[in-house]
Amino acid sequence: MRLELKGVTKRFPGVVANDAIDLTVEAGEVHGLLGENGAGKSTLMNILYGLYRADEGQVLIDGQQVHFSDPGDAIAAGIGMVHQHFMLVPVFTVAENILLGKEPIDRFRRFDRRAAHEEVERLAETFGLPVDPSAVVEDLPVGLQQRVEILKALSRDARLLILDEPTAVLTPQEADGLFASIRGFQAAGRSVIFISHKLREHRDIADRITVLRRGRAVGTVDATAAEPQELAQLMVGRPVDLVVDRSPARPSEPVLTVEGLEVLAADGQRLVDSVDLTVHRGEILAIAGVEGNGQTPLVEAITGLLPIGGGRVLLGEEDLTGRSRKEILRSGVGHIPEDRTMHGLVGSFSVADNLVLNLWDDERFAARRTRRFDEVRSHARRVVKDFDVRTPSIATPASSLSGGNQQKVIVAREFDRPIRVLVAAQPTRGVDVGSIEYIHRQLVAKRDAGVGVLLVSSELDEVIALADRVAVMFRGRLIGPFPTPVAKEALGLMMAGVPAEEAMRGLAA
Amino acid sequence: MSTQVVSAGAARRRERRFALFTLLLGAAVPLLFLRGATGGIATFVLNDARGERFLLPDLVIPVDLTLVLLSAAIVAVGVLQLVRPVGRRAPLAVGAAGGLFVVAVLVWATTGASVSLVALLRGALFASVPIAFGAMAGVLSERAGVINIAIEGQFLAGAFTAAVVASVLGSAWFGLLGGIAAGALIGVMLAGLTIRFQADQIVSGVVLIVLATGVTSFLTSQLLASNTAWNSPVRFIAAPLPLLSDLPLIGSIVFRQTFLVYLMIVMVIVLQFALFRTRWGLRLRSVGEHPAAADTVGIDVLRTRYRAVVLGGMLAGIGGSWFTLEAASQFSKEMTGGRGFIALAAMLVGRYSPVGAMSAALLFGFADSLATTLQRLPVPLPSTLLRATPYVITLLVVAGLVGRLRVPAADGKPYVKQ
Repeated sequence: MRLELKGVTKRFPGVVANDAIDLTVEAGEVHGLLGENGAGKSTLMNILYGLYRADEGQVLIDGQQVHFSDPGDAIAAGIGMVHQHFMLVPVFTVAENILLGKEPIDRFRRFDRRAAHEEVERLAETFGLPVDPSAVVEDLPVGLQQRVEILKALSRDARLLILDEPTAVLTPQEADGLFASIRGFQAAGRSVIFISHKLREHRDIADRITVLRRGRAVGTVDATAAEPQELAQLMVGRPVDLVVDRSPARPSEPVLTVEGLEVLAADGQRLVDSVDLTVHRGEILAIAGVEGNGQTPLVEAITGLLPIGGGRVLLGEEDLTGRSRKEILRSGVGHIPEDRTMHGLVGSFSVADNLVLNLWDDERFAARRTRRFDEVRSHARRVVKDFDVRTPSIATPASSLSGGNQQKVIVAREFDRPIRVLVAAQPTRGVDVGSIEYIHRQLVAKRDAGVGVLLVSSELDEVIALADRVAVMFRGRLIGPFPTPVAKEALGLMMAGVPAEEAMRGLAA
Repeated sequence: MSTQVVSAGAARRRERRFALFTLLLGAAVPLLFLRGATGGIATFVLNDARGERFLLPDLVIPVDLTLVLLSAAIVAVGVLQLVRPVGRRAPLAVGAAGGLFVVAVLVWATTGASVSLVALLRGALFASVPIAFGAMAGVLSERAGVINIAIEGQFLAGAFTAAVVASVLGSAWFGLLGGIAAGALIGVMLAGLTIRFQADQIVSGVVLIVLATGVTSFLTSQLLASNTAWNSPVRFIAAPLPLLSDLPLIGSIVFRQTFLVYLMIVMVIVLQFALFRTRWGLRLRSVGEHPAAADTVGIDVLRTRYRAVVLGGMLAGIGGSWFTLEAASQFSKEMTGGRGFIALAAMLVGRYSPVGAMSAALLFGFADSLATTLQRLPVPLPSTLLRATPYVITLLVVAGLVGRLRVPAADGKPYVKQ
């Protein structure tokens, strides 16, 4: 199928999300869509999928103009979408999910399980994507869930597949598997729109890449000819330094020690399984791993958000186990939480208030528990300048800042107070390239100032760029740490559960 | 996604507490109930005095010996819990112990008297009717993603309308239709508020309960008080089923009932099948679990929810009709006495399945029936306390059993298209 978008424009109150975008996807082409968060990728795809209506412009399929008023129309026209957050019912089986909306029924209007299973098996075989039709989706690993989502689109005879950030939840090996499937569709004459903010992936899989910036298509380039530097510059609009500049670490004494840490779920499952680790002053210890392998409970246990099921957490010589969250923060632990809107900020509070969220009753900002607003404001004005937070004013609610600037507010808050250890979870998630660059530099600067940094990230590139030592978390257990450099492929294998020696050896051979 | 996290010993400590409670129950039996006067007997009648084909002899048991045995059994359950923890099934063990304790109460209360076991159990089944219908209404609505706490209001509206229609038209059948229509009307209002206007679902439910209470009370004092002809409904009478009603024990308990009891049993089976085996049910549940997923494959989320809520309202309307077409001879203010909330508890305890909900409804019905039975016996307990039994049991069961409930993922969340 050949898809053309001509002059597609979509305005929201106050912003032009898509500004006269032209895009052509040829039959059998894998077309990459690259852009930062908020560049308009999602809006454009939602228009294509019938979730939004464009204010101006045309959508043409094989030369014919089409109008989609809901996803049903788009599906009928042969467009399939694999959402970043899967559109799967977790408690349903694979077959029920794939065939929802077009279920086979028997004479008694019963859901015909046997016919459904046959249908799914036939599909799986046709596309070389094996699945168990009777498995319940929530029991499947994320990679398989994605496969179900793809099969669901294919079962509706999709000739153009939109993949929205498909690799975000996959191990590198699973991503390779996905890329192989994509090449399979391509060979069958189907088209793919591949959305990602990772430059490398676009160069691996796309034929052509269109870059969006602030709602405009700023260029379409041949993937083979594209230089990463050039793409990054197109995406951000100015030259970007992709390599983090840093000197070798000079670690000294241990500052954060975790011994035999366990976190248990209500059903007794070990979310964190006897983890030992030590972070020294002046080093960055990174923990890689596919999300959901216990990194979140590990971070939350160390920072006092979750009760500790067993083991100890020491800050220097001081035992933090069982201390309140406030005591832990005040004793010198900085925390950049992975979900800034949930744990990091109060969206409706001003930037100034968010900057003292964990210090509001500190002597500097409160006298006898009454807040000193002048101090809060002058503090905010200074910090906003020091940390380059782009905000209209310090009274602006945090929720109206961009993701990158929200993250800078948190970074500023944690970095501006005296800390000995920094626990940074996914510190650059959903943040624009410019801010990523900034946050990375700040992390390294903090390290050089003698802070111990524990970095948890599911972005392998970030881990490799920053880590002095690296460990992998898999099913609640910690593998490593190993001194860097460690080959990316070896980390990928460990993230998939391959034992460390085997992962390292497999590469040497 | 939120993962419930507990500290290591919490589960074990919880189980130890359960075991301790069980042991206390076991100890309470001889302490409270053994009267020392040996030789007391209790008589349990296993026949209905309505001409069954097969007659069973009365069950005559020595009170003291039975109490000792029951006490020993309860203690054994407690000891077993201490010695060999059963983990997730711990609440079941406590439930079993509680059941034995209830039997002990019954035996003790029957000392020197006679209780008809048939009447007790038949009463339990009968009393479970509104709770089961109300719970099914909740299951249907919440499986589709709309919280329905207005069941109490639907009961009142159904009971009132059924009474008036059955009085004026002189037919219980028309009364039932009226009750269904009234329940459906509240359902339409709930759907309108929560789906169309996306109002808070809990607040909407409360508002509708207040509305139904106010309107029915007002109309009762203004209209029915001076017009008794409008409040003397023709009621459903007991309709023994041929052949089946001749079965010993079961026949007397289950098959010599009224129409709504049979309808309840049929509806539970139909709904269980429809929700979990048919295409209709699959789609309805998908809307309650992940509406965006349902929407993208062309299922009309709002319409599905609307229908589920209104259909639920009709079921609750049937439950409401029971009050005036079967249980009492006329409508009186606030006669539903909070059973709509007990129905909600039954839905939770039954884990959002019709069969589970009816099982829980039977438990509450039993508590109701037991309270009635005990009131007739020479028991040194105030009758107000006995009447509180169903509510106390509700509290205990909900606190103890609900535990880790799997709620439909989108329950209570309005669906907003982006």
